[in-house]
Amino acid sequence: MKKLLKEFFKGIGSENPTFRLVLGLCPTLAVSTSVINGIGMGIAATFVLLGSNIIISLVRKFIPDQIRIPCFIVIIATFVTIVELTMKAYAPELSKALGIFVPLIVVNCMVLGRAEAFARKEGVLKSILDALGMGIGFTLALLLISSIREILGNGTLFGLLVIKGFEPVLYLVLAPGALLVIGLLIGGINFLARKRRVV
Amino acid sequence: MSKLTVSPSPHIKSGQTTKKIMWAVIISLVPAGIAGVYIYGISSLNVIILSILSCTFTEALFLKFRNRDPKTILDGSAILTGLLLAYNLPPQMPFWIPIVGGVVSIILGKQIFGGLGQNIFNPALVGRAFLQISWPVYMTTWKNPRWWPDAVSSATPLAKEVSSHFSYTDLFLGNHAGSLGEVCVIALLIGALFLLFTKIISLHIPLSFIGTVGVITWIFGKEGFFKGDFIFNMLAGGIILGAFFMATDYVTSPLTKKGKIIFGIGCGALTAIIRLRGGYPEGVCYSILFMNAAVPIIDRFTKTRKYGFARKSPSAITF
Repeated sequence: MKKLLKEFFKGIGSENPTFRLVLGLCPTLAVSTSVINGIGMGIAATFVLLGSNIIISLVRKFIPDQIRIPCFIVIIATFVTIVELTMKAYAPELSKALGIFVPLIVVNCMVLGRAEAFARKEGVLKSILDALGMGIGFTLALLLISSIREILGNGTLFGLLVIKGFEPVLYLVLAPGALLVIGLLIGGINFLARKRRVV
Repeated sequence: MSKLTVSPSPHIKSGQTTKKIMWAVIISLVPAGIAGVYIYGISSLNVIILSILSCTFTEALFLKFRNRDPKTILDGSAILTGLLLAYNLPPQMPFWIPIVGGVVSIILGKQIFGGLGQNIFNPALVGRAFLQISWPVYMTTWKNPRWWPDAVSSATPLAKEVSSHFSYTDLFLGNHAGSLGEVCVIALLIGALFLLFTKIISLHIPLSFIGTVGVITWIFGKEGFFKGDFIFNMLAGGIILGAFFMATDYVTSPLTKKGKIIFGIGCGALTAIIRLRGGYPEGVCYSILFMNAAVPIIDRFTKTRKYGFARKSPSAITF
């Protein structure tokens, strides 16, 4: 039981995909301009991760080693298509805001990385926990980055005005702001981790 | 026997120190500051003071945070950054803009990389670029010289629709709207001459920088070739300040003479391209930042030959 819990919590803490493994940065940089976009992207990626991890873990013994990557991509693409069409039907505005980055989950290193490094070797239950942990870790990271960028860069949170009379730092909602925020957060987390010797 | 000291080189030391250089550059910038305050009124002194205070305070805080000797604050590098930042700002703006600019310059421009000597980009320009992107309205609200009838903001000479109204004398003396320290060319040149005579800067970067801007704007400045107003382009905007005081920063410019000339030409070409075809009226800040990023590769390809070694050693060719 303890081992299973470890598989779940590692994605949130010590092996956080964004801050510790630095995977899947492309959507993180691109869509973290507002909290709603960030959470939307996080949930979409978590769903794809969960689905692909389960299926890959189930069929891991049938997939020939030489062509495993194309097989993974087909499985992942299936779930991405589900997410994309569902989002278009039920949350058209979010779908518009996230744009190309929803279909691009297919080639997200985090999803493929978990398939390659975890699901193809481990059982279904462990893979589910791994996917959930990684997905939640990714969503929390996006939530943190996007709330910093939205509050400071736009003066709002969930589209509501936070501080009156605050002159937003436009830099942070533009592309370089994403790199700056992520860089500073990774630097700060590394600094804290080194201080506590849990690298 | 005690008189004989065995030590590695260098054996002959000049009296030059970082501290002396920094303070010399600060002194050389004073005339331009006096001119700026004279032109735009005493209120513009606030921008300079706030910017310097903000930089110095941030530096002190960060030195403490990184467990460094707090005395290094006296080397003047933070004060110089603050001064240069203020010279790059419009003379009238909300009080918090120079403060934020100073904090960004010191933390993101300098201390994050490891402090003085480790920074890739010119700290003052990092601060200015951050402010320019974040609060474009404040950063482009200019003030007219105080003896003009309408004291409200107007465009700088580089804005395309007004460029023909200014004579070269106006540009030379700073009789127009612009950033605080960049307007008075004559005051900047006095400071630059001081730096040249004390051999703190060499002419390689400034000459190649300003020369390239002149040549490119002469050729491509107007419809048809060789009709551009190159004297105007060599005097207007931040080019004199940038070429003599910012591009020549020791930390962020190449080491060799050849490298310096390449660096200057790159800065000049980028400035001219941004001015003529870019979205911004002025490109000195961004061009210097761009070339700062290219300095390591320039240094790599302009390595001097070691004395006594072959002209083309195999190790020089391999990447």
